[in-house]
Amino acid sequence: MSTHVPAGYKWWTGGKSPYNVSYGKLMMWIFLLSDTFTFGALLISYGTIRVSQNYWPDPNHVFNAFPLMGHTNLPLAFVSLMTFILIMSSVTMVLAVHEGHKRNRAGVEKWLLWTILGGSLFLSCQAWEWTHMITGSHAVLIDGQIKEIGATITQNPYGAAVPGLMHDGHQVTTPGPVGFGGFFFGITGFHGFHVFSGVCLLVLALVWTRIGKFDNLGHYEMIEKIGLYWHFVDLVWVFVFLCFYLI
Amino acid sequence: MSLHEHHTEHAVASPEITFAHEPAPNTKRIWRTFWILLCLTIAELALGLSHYAFHMEGFLLLFVKGAMIILSLCKAIYIVSIFMHLGDEIRNMRLTVLVPLLLFIWFILAFLWDGVAWRNLRNRYDKPATGQQVVPHDQHTPKAD
Repeated sequence: MSTHVPAGYKWWTGGKSPYNVSYGKLMMWIFLLSDTFTFGALLISYGTIRVSQNYWPDPNHVFNAFPLMGHTNLPLAFVSLMTFILIMSSVTMVLAVHEGHKRNRAGVEKWLLWTILGGSLFLSCQAWEWTHMITGSHAVLIDGQIKEIGATITQNPYGAAVPGLMHDGHQVTTPGPVGFGGFFFGITGFHGFHVFSGVCLLVLALVWTRIGKFDNLGHYEMIEKIGLYWHFVDLVWVFVFLCFYLI
Repeated sequence: MSLHEHHTEHAVASPEITFAHEPAPNTKRIWRTFWILLCLTIAELALGLSHYAFHMEGFLLLFVKGAMIILSLCKAIYIVSIFMHLGDEIRNMRLTVLVPLLLFIWFILAFLWDGVAWRNLRNRYDKPATGQQVVPHDQHTPKAD
């Protein structure tokens, strides 16, 4: 699929949009560009604080739990599943857009449903991960006393190990840099909010498709615009995944 | 030259569109992109786990992290170009979206530079918390006034 424009075609002579896209789609792109800078600013401020610290928790030690697996050490397994779900939902979204190009209502409905399912699954995974981190209990040495704490925006149990100090068979650590929780919950939360908004938009698009709104209009461009937003959410996750879980 | 001189056979969503995209004949390109994204993600994971499985430091660790950043950028390019169809848009549109992103080069360099400077100042002038922080090799002793 490509746009065949004759060589030397003059775009800036007036009478037409030099961007060759509809107003709505252009504005969606401009919005996504501004959102890119919002997420960029958040991730870069996280990077600034992180490199200003001598110690930062290793993601392989922080993100090593999996639902129903108890204390089994499975580094990055759950977040890999979340990443796969989000990539898959991006594929089903682009398939919905593809069916929209062909004006196939049943196809659009089918792939929108799969995308809504993927988005909801991702949100459920994130809810589990947050709950696990906040309610977790790690033995941490605070002011000379061992306390069992989870990760929140005000406390970070993932500090350096205290050599030779054990508590109930677990290694005792010092508190980690306090910025960890704020950045982790802030940025993944802001991304999760985007996913949630995306799911709401997809449900709206499904209702509109079902009542035949786009068939009456003669085109499915709204699916493309919501699709752009959905792919952007996947795109942001690529960098959240990189900055929090991989590096 | 008339606006409607270049007739397009497919329904055009709005009068701003002079040349409509040709609908793709099948979903081959979408699935190929999916497999590429999956392979890139698995490669990233392998690198992420490698610095867990093996102790790495210095240049090697920097290399592994750099490789993961490059793989992520490749994923981003595939998502934007194929899934978001920016690769199918005309040059004016592509540049309008992509050129502002160049600001990120300055943004990332300037802020990370500042973070490193901050750490150096702290290590030089703060009293290290006893037994909690690893003292860096290049730490200078504060000069007495």
